[in-house]
Parts: sequence; structure tokens; C-alpha cells
Amino acid sequence: MSEDTAATETVAITGAGGDGIEAYLALTSGGDAVGGVVVIHHMPGYDSDTKESARRLAAMGYNAICPNLHYREAPGASPDDAAAAVRAAGGVPDDRLVGDVDGAANHLRSLANANGRVAVLGYCSGGRQAFLAACSLTVDAAVDCYGGFVVEKPPEGFALAVRPLTHLAPKLSCPLLGLFGTEDSHPSPEHVAELDRVLTDAGKEHEFHMFENAGHGFFTTDRPSYAPQAAEQGWALIEAFFSRHLATR
Amino acid sequence: MCTYVTEHLKVTGSAKGANGWFSLTDATVYLDHPVHAAAEHTLNIDFLAPQAGPTARVAVELGPDTAGALAAAILAALQRGPGA
Repeated sequence: MSEDTAATETVAITGAGGDGIEAYLALTSGGDAVGGVVVIHHMPGYDSDTKESARRLAAMGYNAICPNLHYREAPGASPDDAAAAVRAAGGVPDDRLVGDVDGAANHLRSLANANGRVAVLGYCSGGRQAFLAACSLTVDAAVDCYGGFVVEKPPEGFALAVRPLTHLAPKLSCPLLGLFGTEDSHPSPEHVAELDRVLTDAGKEHEFHMFENAGHGFFTTDRPSYAPQAAEQGWALIEAFFSRHLATR
Repeated sequence: MCTYVTEHLKVTGSAKGANGWFSLTDATVYLDHPVHAAAEHTLNIDFLAPQAGPTARVAVELGPDTAGALAAAILAALQRGPGA
């Protein structure tokens, strides 16, 4: 694998309902038959930190793509304006999310250097959506980074339509890596333990890691919640997980 | 966490954004991750005119204590103003 090299571009993909949406694509120079990763951005949007994750995965030896889940409401707008528009409109519907991730995964599979294996990875609300996508689509690996409301019901009065997903656990199509912090409240350690139990009962392969002294958003380098030790350990676990599940077979 | 908690309200008035003044129709108020403020969560207010597109937006991200003080100051000003 080449060290820290990637070529990036914005591409058009076909998302849910046949809609054209944009996506950020980071192409690895690390081989001619490589796996791919769909990176699902968090509620604040298609932002620079999420795109940095795509570049890091490309440097790791994978093609990575981040679909702009807010493109329909705000094409061409800055990520924060687009996120505000989507929030005001009620959020990203679950079925639309699944269709957009499917389109992104198909784009990865169509690339000249693809080996056909695809993972989904998401942070925060994107962690929940990674679980949703992995239970709704056939993929080869999934990473849930502190996704809330997979297990727990949202409090009364939520304006956005978010519901628990544990009923989908029997449909999980791939191994799941979960990375969580002990200081998080959504998901709390109890929520993580419950998801662990549900997946074990369903006979689904999963690997959960709980980092001490880390809260929600510990991967995010430009936030006070950044926990360098947890983040670096987390990235090492992601790299090892993908090397097992995205390698050419 | 992404809290998802969002209050919506219809508003009248104007705001000055990146492209000058515009007439407001909507606002959202929510406690969630900020884009710019150095905090894990802030009380965020978006003043919006959706019909004018996503860039017709004035945003603030306030520390919770600041947001509470602002709310109290707004009510105090309204009570002291003409017609109160």
C-alpha cells in the first residue's frame, strides 16, 4: 500500500428514488483490487472532518465515498446551511438514507480498481445510519461510531423522525464493529450492552470496544470532545477490521 | 450525541445575512453540536427564510448559560418597551 496518497473529487451518484446527488470520492492509490467504504456524515452535515475521514481511509488502501445526504434540500449550499435546512424540514428519512447509501455503494463497486467488497461507516447520527444500512442492504462490514438511538427511544417531543432499530438486528448482513465512549449518554454504556445482547441473541458477528474517558464525538479533531488516545486506538481497530473483511477473496 | 431536539416556530421580522437583509418566515431552536463554537453542545438558533433558499439564514451557537441569559434579556426588554 502507498503511504498517505489519495485522489479526490466530487462525483454525481444515483441515490434513493433515482435522484442525482453529489458525493465526495477519495480514490486510493493502494492497489488494483481494493475494497470500498461508504462514509456516512453526521447531522451537522457533509463537512470537512467527514471528508478527512474519507481521505484517511483512502490512504489506508480503500476507496471511500461520502454521499451528501443533504444535497436535495440545499444543492451547492455550505454544509452548515444545508444541515440547517434539512433539520428545519424534519431530518433525513430512514428510507432515503438507505437508498443513498446503496447508490454510494454501487458507485464504489463500479470503480475500475474495486474488488466488489464494501463497508459502511458512520459517526454519531451516521453511526445509527450505518447500522440501519447494514441491516437493510447487503454489505461486507459495518462500523458504528457512537450512534445514538439504535437501542433507545428518543424523548417525547422529538421533531425529527428517529426510531430505535434493534428489531432489524436479525437482518444485519455483515460483521459489525462498534466504537463507543464510557462518558457518552446516547448511546450510554447500558445502551451499548443492550445492543450487544440483541446481536448476540440474533447470532450476529460483532465486536464492540468501549473507551474509558471518552465521550460522544471522540474522533472529531476540531471539537472539544476529541479524545486522541481513543481516536487513535479506534482508527487502528477500524484498519484491522477492514483488513479482515474488505480484502480481496 | 446528535440530540435531534428541535423547536420550530414561525416568525416575522428581518435578519441580515451574508447577502444582506432578508425577511424572516421561520426559526429553529435546538441543542446540538455546534459548527463553530468550541463546545460539545450549544443552544443553536437558525433564523430562516426557506423560500429564499438555504443561504437565507442567520445562525448563532450559544453556550447554554448565555442562551438562558439572552432569553431573560429579551423578555425584560419586551416588558420595558412601548406597549408593554
